[in-house]
Amino acid sequence: MPGSHARSAAPRRWWAFALVAPLLLFLLASFVLPVLLMLSRAVTDRELHTVWPESAAALRQWDGRGLPPDALAHEVARDMITARQAGTLNRVANRLNYDMVGSRSLLYGTADMLLSGVPGDSVAALARIDPRWGQPGIWAAMRHADGPFTSHYLLAALDRRLDNDDRVISVAPEQAVFANIYLRTFKISALVALFCVILGYPIAYLLASLPDRKANPLLILVLLPFWTSALVRTAAWAVLLQTNGVVNHALQNIGLIDAPVQLIYNRLGVYIAMTHVLLPFLILPLYGVMKGISPVAMRAASSLGATPLRAFLKVYLPQTLPGVAAGAIIVFTLALGYYVTPALVGGGADQMISASIAFYTNQSLNWGMAAALSLLLLVPLLLMLFAGRTLARTVPA
Amino acid sequence: MSGYRSRSERIGRALLIALCTLIFAFLVLPILAVIPLSLNPGSFLVFPQEALSLRWYRTLAESPQWTHAFGNSLKIAVATTLIATPLGTLAAIGLAYMRSRAKTLIVAIITAPLVVPVVVVAIAFYFLFAPLGLVNGPVGLIVAHSALALPFVVIVVHASLRGLDLELLRAAASLGAPPVTVLLRILAPLIAPGIAAGAVFAFMTSFDETTIALFIAGPEQRTLPIQMFEGVREQVSPAIAAAATLLVIASTLLLGTAELLRRRGERMRAGSAAPDLGA
Repeated sequence: MPGSHARSAAPRRWWAFALVAPLLLFLLASFVLPVLLMLSRAVTDRELHTVWPESAAALRQWDGRGLPPDALAHEVARDMITARQAGTLNRVANRLNYDMVGSRSLLYGTADMLLSGVPGDSVAALARIDPRWGQPGIWAAMRHADGPFTSHYLLAALDRRLDNDDRVISVAPEQAVFANIYLRTFKISALVALFCVILGYPIAYLLASLPDRKANPLLILVLLPFWTSALVRTAAWAVLLQTNGVVNHALQNIGLIDAPVQLIYNRLGVYIAMTHVLLPFLILPLYGVMKGISPVAMRAASSLGATPLRAFLKVYLPQTLPGVAAGAIIVFTLALGYYVTPALVGGGADQMISASIAFYTNQSLNWGMAAALSLLLLVPLLLMLFAGRTLARTVPA
Repeated sequence: MSGYRSRSERIGRALLIALCTLIFAFLVLPILAVIPLSLNPGSFLVFPQEALSLRWYRTLAESPQWTHAFGNSLKIAVATTLIATPLGTLAAIGLAYMRSRAKTLIVAIITAPLVVPVVVVAIAFYFLFAPLGLVNGPVGLIVAHSALALPFVVIVVHASLRGLDLELLRAAASLGAPPVTVLLRILAPLIAPGIAAGAVFAFMTSFDETTIALFIAGPEQRTLPIQMFEGVREQVSPAIAAAATLLVIASTLLLGTAELLRRRGERMRAGSAAPDLGA
């Protein structure tokens, strides 16, 4: 056992660390750091700070009530002109637009007027260019974006925002989309985990009850899908579940349905494909737990007169629950982050939170939002895993 | 298990076997069904009625997109294997000598890439590489795939070290063998099957990886999974079934070999290690 040697090998332990060090350094640079940097975008706000340093400093002086002093308006007008000429106004305009829709056009319109010589050295002067400068909204948005930290993205990911007086309020109903998507993500993952338990338990039980000689060939039937990539299996389902595909033909031939039914690009397709992809992740750990259960207790129960069903429910089942919990948690947490399978066999209303993360990364280019959504996906996931590990530790092996 | 005495036990057993047959069918048939579908002479996704044809395999072989994607995937997977296997093997050996507390922490870091959703890893790399201009080169993808593959190498090699008599290595060292000699001449041959299995896992992790590739691979770095993903999105044709068939065969052969290697390693250690060394 390595453990028993550790003590006697104490002088040489630096050697063990030297062997692990290259990998740790590689993972720190290639995994830990990128993920932490990405997540930090969820709570930091640097656009206004870097592009409009003067205004950002002036904003911090202001108490934030009502309309700002004219000195601040003057700084903002100057920064707007500089940024417009330097081509960096875009960054601030986009950031302010997240807080207040219409900020973009307001900034560009005003900057062009200022460039043409219209004065803008006071709040009143700016309000003559566009009346929105005379209202608290745009000034509150600037204050919210002042950085270096922000609650904007995390609140937005929870369908909340700060109002002009910094109170947390719900966003307009038509913008409140994320709570729904999170609920959907959790619901799909939980149901897939449940389906995997229902389908995986009998298989693990059968495998564990057979001698190795018979169990090993059957185990290949579990390993074959386990070895095949999720993408390939999803593609296989995409082929089979088409309206004129094999499954519809088979169902029609045996008379279960009269006309082809929609099996794909909806929730049903997502459940079928995800359950199939994740089922081995439940069977394999559960099988491991079941193999470790001694048959003695079951034999004792039946020799004391318990019916097989009663012995199973009272003696066997409770011993397998840690395995069920471990497998279900693995399936649930893997399902939470699924992207490829829902994208290929689901419809628009079946996309999970990962699709929103992809959208804000690739299409909307709102990286703060993508980071906040990732953070709110990671936190419950890590809590689940931690709970699972604690659970596994409290149960005697 | 033997001797199901009572009648209800026999009925229960029969029901269990019937149920499991259906579930096994659900597990395996969808994967096997793509094989006949891929041999379809027509464009329909039904089982071929009259003749079998390799038409869709020819379509794949003659398509520059598919062959280019295959070449890219191969290149990136080989590079990933070359990075992840030595790093992971060394770390697994180091872990075997460590005490439990440091080990727990390090194992947590090493297995983190298995826990964090791939989409989160994908955008982390995207945010990091996009400003550096690495998004369109193969380097970013190789680094990302290596991070994902490392846990598998460590787990597999570490398992092959379990039950190995580390006293052998101490004996060699006490006889004056320098650490590198101990590693290469004594340890490496003993755990070679485990290292080979780890390398296969690393290769397949990269070869099959879709999500990160979708985010950070440029048009020049299109991999096989990207090609497949977009093929399924655009039009599901028997060509998809043909590509799926080839990938099923490849992963079954490779990972089946890895599994055999792993078991052989287990058997090797189960027998006495000394005669093996003497031979």
